[in-house]
Amino acid sequence: MSTTTGPQISTRRLVIAGLVISLILAGVVSLWASGNPDGLEFVAEKLGFVDTAGEHATGESPLADYGVAGVANERLSGGLAGILGVVAVAVIAFGLMFVLRKRGTRNEG
Amino acid sequence: MHVPDGFLDAPTSLGTAVIAVGGVALALSRARRELDDRTAPLAGLVAVFVFAAQMLNFPVGAGTSGHLLGGTLAAVLVGPWTATLCLTVVLAVQALLFADGGISALGTNITLMALVGVWAGWLVFVGLRRLARSAGSKVVPALAGVAAFASVPLVALTFTAMYAVGGRAPIPLGDLVTAMVGWHALIGVGEGLITLLAVGSIIATRPDLVHGARGLIERRDLEIRTEVPA
Repeated sequence: MSTTTGPQISTRRLVIAGLVISLILAGVVSLWASGNPDGLEFVAEKLGFVDTAGEHATGESPLADYGVAGVANERLSGGLAGILGVVAVAVIAFGLMFVLRKRGTRNEG
Repeated sequence: MHVPDGFLDAPTSLGTAVIAVGGVALALSRARRELDDRTAPLAGLVAVFVFAAQMLNFPVGAGTSGHLLGGTLAAVLVGPWTATLCLTVVLAVQALLFADGGISALGTNITLMALVGVWAGWLVFVGLRRLARSAGSKVVPALAGVAAFASVPLVALTFTAMYAVGGRAPIPLGDLVTAMVGWHALIGVGEGLITLLAVGSIIATRPDLVHGARGLIERRDLEIRTEVPA
């Protein structure tokens, strides 16, 4: 069967659309994300234990804190970091899921 | 919600790391039952979407922000074992590449968001689905949204319990519970809305792929009509 009758869109289209949306969220929309501390960090500040946090072991990573080291433009750096993160997660997650899946069980039309 | 290095002492961090390794190992074997040629691509996509959505901190007032945890969203779409793996991949990439969440706290963060966040949300969802069984797959996004909302303060409560065991600063626990659960209930509203929209968009396009809608769709397809409509 070349066309699907039941499902409204093919899995391939759904995944491509989802990836495009994720790239836009991580690469563009994230530039407007709130810079305020998150719930845990805020509570830690208020209750006075935020300073117990140590230096981050990967704080020298070229992508630390969602920026690309060496890219001076803050927006470009942040957007690029988001896109690289999406690519990294995609490679690992799709790879893992495809290795783990039961093969030959495709039974859609 | 990403715990940095140093909030919890070494024994507690080690303890949560042991729990995380055990949980992820179990998920690696059980997720095989949830994943097939049809659902594996959606599972990959869910991990990517959760990573992207976690970058989007939304303000919740008083100078605080929150972001999606995504455990319930992932569990409803691809099943709780696979969701555990999705969240683990996201948390590992965040800690190792982006310095988001401590390395010694990676086990803590996996326990909080990949285990408790996924399973608390999934169990609430399953409970609600049982109550609304007759309503079919249309209510799945709403149920997922409510379960996602509930999961966030439950994760916050779990962090408080960990802090009670091995927090490195002497903080009055009553104050910590109140602040953590209170703020995360607010953040949970955002979690619920994003989950409702994300699950809703997949239910609208490919309900057959949604793990949490499985029994409901089959039930409708296999319905036996005893009365012939006029």
